[in-house]
Amino acid sequence: MAVETPREPAAALAGLDQLELAPPQQARRHVLARIWVTAWPKLLALVLALAIWQLVYLSGFKSGILPGPAATLPDLWHQLHTAQLWQALGTTLRRAVIGFALALVIGTVVGALVSRIRPLRAAVGSLITALQTLPSIVWVPFAIILFGATTQAILFVIVMTAAPAIANGLIAGADYLPPLLLRAGRTMGLRRVSLYRHVIMPATLPAFVGGLKQGWAFGWHGLIAGEVVVIILGQPSLGVLLSNDQDQADMAGAISIILMILAIGIAVDLLFNVVNGRIRRRWGVADTSSGA
Amino acid sequence: MTTDPGLDETRAGTAIRIDEVSKTFGRGDTALVALDRVSLSVAPGEFVCLIGASGCGKSTLLSLVAGLDAPTSGELSTGDRRVALMFQESALFPWLTAAKNVEMPMRASGVPRGERQQRVAELLDLVQLSAFAGKRPHELSGGMRQRVALARALAQDTDVLLMDEPFGALDAMTRDLLHEVLEGIWRRRQLTILFVTHEVREAVRLGDRVVLLSSRPGRVIGEFGVDFERPRGMDSAETVGLAIRIKDRLREEIVRHGR
Repeated sequence: MAVETPREPAAALAGLDQLELAPPQQARRHVLARIWVTAWPKLLALVLALAIWQLVYLSGFKSGILPGPAATLPDLWHQLHTAQLWQALGTTLRRAVIGFALALVIGTVVGALVSRIRPLRAAVGSLITALQTLPSIVWVPFAIILFGATTQAILFVIVMTAAPAIANGLIAGADYLPPLLLRAGRTMGLRRVSLYRHVIMPATLPAFVGGLKQGWAFGWHGLIAGEVVVIILGQPSLGVLLSNDQDQADMAGAISIILMILAIGIAVDLLFNVVNGRIRRRWGVADTSSGA
Repeated sequence: MTTDPGLDETRAGTAIRIDEVSKTFGRGDTALVALDRVSLSVAPGEFVCLIGASGCGKSTLLSLVAGLDAPTSGELSTGDRRVALMFQESALFPWLTAAKNVEMPMRASGVPRGERQQRVAELLDLVQLSAFAGKRPHELSGGMRQRVALARALAQDTDVLLMDEPFGALDAMTRDLLHEVLEGIWRRRQLTILFVTHEVREAVRLGDRVVLLSSRPGRVIGEFGVDFERPRGMDSAETVGLAIRIKDRLREEIVRHGR
C-alpha cells in the first residue's frame, strides 16, 4: 500500500467521507422564487388558452352562441359576488370532503386486506382494477335507483370511483415493498403490528399518496357527474348551476362554472404534488417522477 | 496457518453451534438442497469467515442462524446470545435519518427514549458518523451506509454478528478502512462474528478461521486457521500466500462440479 496504514482509521475515513459525499445541493431558493417556478408555466398555459378561445371567438365559430373571454370573464366576476355561487361551492366541497373521506377509509381497509391476504389478492385484485376503468357516470343511474335523488347517491358515486384507486395505490405499494427491508425489520425484532407500523406503512407511503391523488381525480369526476344529474331542491351545487345554465342556454354561465371546477381541481392537484414531492425528497427518489 | 482441529479448545464454550443442519427448498423433483448436514461451531469472541462459490448456501446458513428461517433437519443454537444480521446492501430504511435507523432496533425492544438517544450517539461515534446523524441514507455514500448498518446491528446489544458479504459492493479503499473499523469494534466489544464473503483475501484478512463450503449442496469441505498477527494487510505476503492455497482448494471443488 502506498500510504502507511493508520492504527485508527479515523483520519482516513473522515477524508474518504468528504470525498465520497455527493456535492452539496443547491441552496433552497426563496419561497416566492419556488412558487414562481411552478406558477409561470401554468400562467403561460392560461394565457395561451385565453388566446385560443379569443381566436375561436373572432373566427365567428358558432357566433351568437359561443361568447368570447371578454363577455364570459365579467360573468364569472359577477357570479363570484352572488351568495348562490358560494353556497353551491360550499355544498360541492362539503360533498367532496365527506365522499373522499369515506373513500379513503373504505379504500384503505380494502387495500390493506387485499394486499395482506393472498387468496383475496388473486380474486379481488383484478376486480378492483376493472372497477377503476369504469367511467364515473355509469354509477349515477345505479346510485339514483338505489338511493333516490339524494346526497347519499352522490356520495356513493364518489366512493365507487375514488375507493378503487386508493385501494390500488396501497396494493401497488405492498407489491413493491422491498423484501430486504422486511428482512431487516424482522432481524431487529419487529413483528406484526410493530413491523406494520415501522416498516410496511412508511415503505408504502409514496405509492399510497399516488393512489390518493388518483382517487381524488376520479372522485371529483364522479362528484360533478352526479351533481349534474341529481338535483336536490333548495341545495344548489356547482353541478346544479351547470345544469341550470344548460337549461337556460347560458353559455357564459356554463363556462364560468367550468372554470371554477377546473380551478378547484388544479388547486387540489397542486396540494397533492406538494405532499408527493416532500415524500419523494425524503426517500431520495425526487428525480424519478411517478407521472401518476 | 494450517487446519487446526484443536482450535476450538483454545476458547471456552460455543457461541454458535450448527449441528448437522440441512435445508431443502421445495419438495419432490424441484427440491433444492441448499445445505447438507453442515456442522460448525464458533467460540465466543471468535471471528469466522465462510467462503464458497456461488450457490453454496452461505446466505441460507446465516438466515438459519439468525432465526429468520427454520432448518429442514439438524440443530442450531446461539444460546441466549443476541444475534444481529447485516447484508450486502445496507437495508437501511430510506425514510429515516441515520440516527433514527440506528435507534429502530432499540425502539423494537422497548429501550426507554433517554437511553436510546445516548446509545445512538455512542454507536454513531463508534462508526465515526456523528457528523452525519441527521442525514438520510440516500445522502450517504455506500461505505457510510454500511457503517450506519453496522451501528444499527450493534444497537441490538449484539453478542453475535452475522455478516452477509457486507463490504461486497464497496471499492477497495473503503473496504480496507472498514476492515479496520470492524476489527476494532470486534475486539473492543468482544463480538462473535460469522462473516460470509466470496473474496478469499478478505476472509484471510479478517478471520481467525476460514471455513470452506462446497456448492449444491452446501457442505463444509475444509477449514484453515489463520494464525498470523493482526492487523493484517489485504496485500501482505502472508495473506496472499494463504489465499492462494484456499483458492486452489476452492478450484478443485469447482472443477469437481464440472465433471
